[in-house]
Amino acid sequence: MSTAPGARTGSGLYVPGYVRDHDTHPPLDYSDYNSTALRHPKRPLTLLPHTLTEVTSPVLGHERLGELDHDLTRQHEGEPQGQRIIVHGRVRDSDGAPVPHTLVEVWQANAAGRYRHTGDNWPAPLDPYFTGVGRTMTDGEGRYRFLTVRPGAYPWKNHRNAWRPAHIHFSLFGQAFTQRLVTQMYFPDDPLFFQDPMWNSVPDEEARERMVARFDYGSTEAEWALAYRWDIVLRGRGQTPFESEEEIVEDEE
Amino acid sequence: MSTYPTTPSQTVGPYLHIGLPWPDGPFAVAEGTPGAVWIRGTVRDGAGEPVTDALVETWQADPDGRFDHPADPRGARAYPGLRAFGRCPTDGEGSYGILTLKPGTVPGPGGGQAPHIDVSVFARGMLNRVVTRLYFPEEETANAADPVLRAVGDRAARATLVAAAAPDGYRFDIRLQGEGETVFFDI
Ligand SMILES: [Fe+2]
Repeated sequence: MSTAPGARTGSGLYVPGYVRDHDTHPPLDYSDYNSTALRHPKRPLTLLPHTLTEVTSPVLGHERLGELDHDLTRQHEGEPQGQRIIVHGRVRDSDGAPVPHTLVEVWQANAAGRYRHTGDNWPAPLDPYFTGVGRTMTDGEGRYRFLTVRPGAYPWKNHRNAWRPAHIHFSLFGQAFTQRLVTQMYFPDDPLFFQDPMWNSVPDEEARERMVARFDYGSTEAEWALAYRWDIVLRGRGQTPFESEEEIVEDEE
Repeated sequence: MSTYPTTPSQTVGPYLHIGLPWPDGPFAVAEGTPGAVWIRGTVRDGAGEPVTDALVETWQADPDGRFDHPADPRGARAYPGLRAFGRCPTDGEGSYGILTLKPGTVPGPGGGQAPHIDVSVFARGMLNRVVTRLYFPEEETANAADPVLRAVGDRAARATLVAAAAPDGYRFDIRLQGEGETVFFDI
């Protein structure tokens, strides 16, 4: 095998793992969200030690981005309806280190709560000037920024009179396969949280609050746009450099 | 120790198709690259029905078992057109396809790991992704020694991680639940 720096005799390359943050995330089996019933594994998950495959991920560059991908209000001939908002924040890992130069993808409903998707046919208007899809990269300090319009709430058929709280879907890569995260950003004090199984699926109430952006008056732009700040935290390494993956494997056996 | 608690996962929901697919997503390696293989499969739910609103992502080493990433101290070799990452939404039949190069042996705990591809599945009805691994059917000796495969005790379960040979590459079906349920990993 390799004799490159970092190699350890008989054990391949030394690879520090990432924290396992199970307590943060919703379970795959969550009966209040009906569609989970046939889409969650019944067999317990098998522990995967973090090897080189898990601590690496694609290094994606700005070539993935169009000039106006970060500005959802300027992707058409005219301007979309709705309240113009800045959505910005920082991406960090759980050790507090910024996650620089990583791709952030968003998609959302328009101001009336309708997606530009063939499967969304509820009686709310489409907006000819709004696609609802954005992309950007974090800067060297992990900061990202979008300009968009505030999405509307929308109904769905999960339970009687079910409504999704207004939200923006976010997808992040981080710098390792373990850090990949798809989530949703919510708005403060949404009256629909109480009946939303997505929101309630997150077991810890403090963790739910971490999905909520805060109104950021200091970043509003006068006579132009309101602002919300949402910081995102991906898994960090959080591990002393002397723990080895072999020990993790042995723990499992 | 963690100082910042992490952000929870949420489902991609039913409208993932507007936000996530890339025109070049299925091409982990550029079309026309010599030696490229298709990995195709169908995602099925607990009733055996195809899942038509899923997204499959793949991540892997290059044919020398290296990663073009700062965490791999060996550095990458030049494989023009190899992104090593694939992303494909499932179609109306629940099927996906990703064009790539077969990865090499990757260093791992207790020696080498057999060639493998990490696979994530996102879908409506899934509050978090599930993660599995694809191994190659012709690598019987390396597979038998692979520390991750060996940790899966049940022989039939282990078999769900090994792709089948196909005319233009490999077939890797994913069963989210029920008979022949794919082995998924705590990542
Ligand atoms: Fe949504």
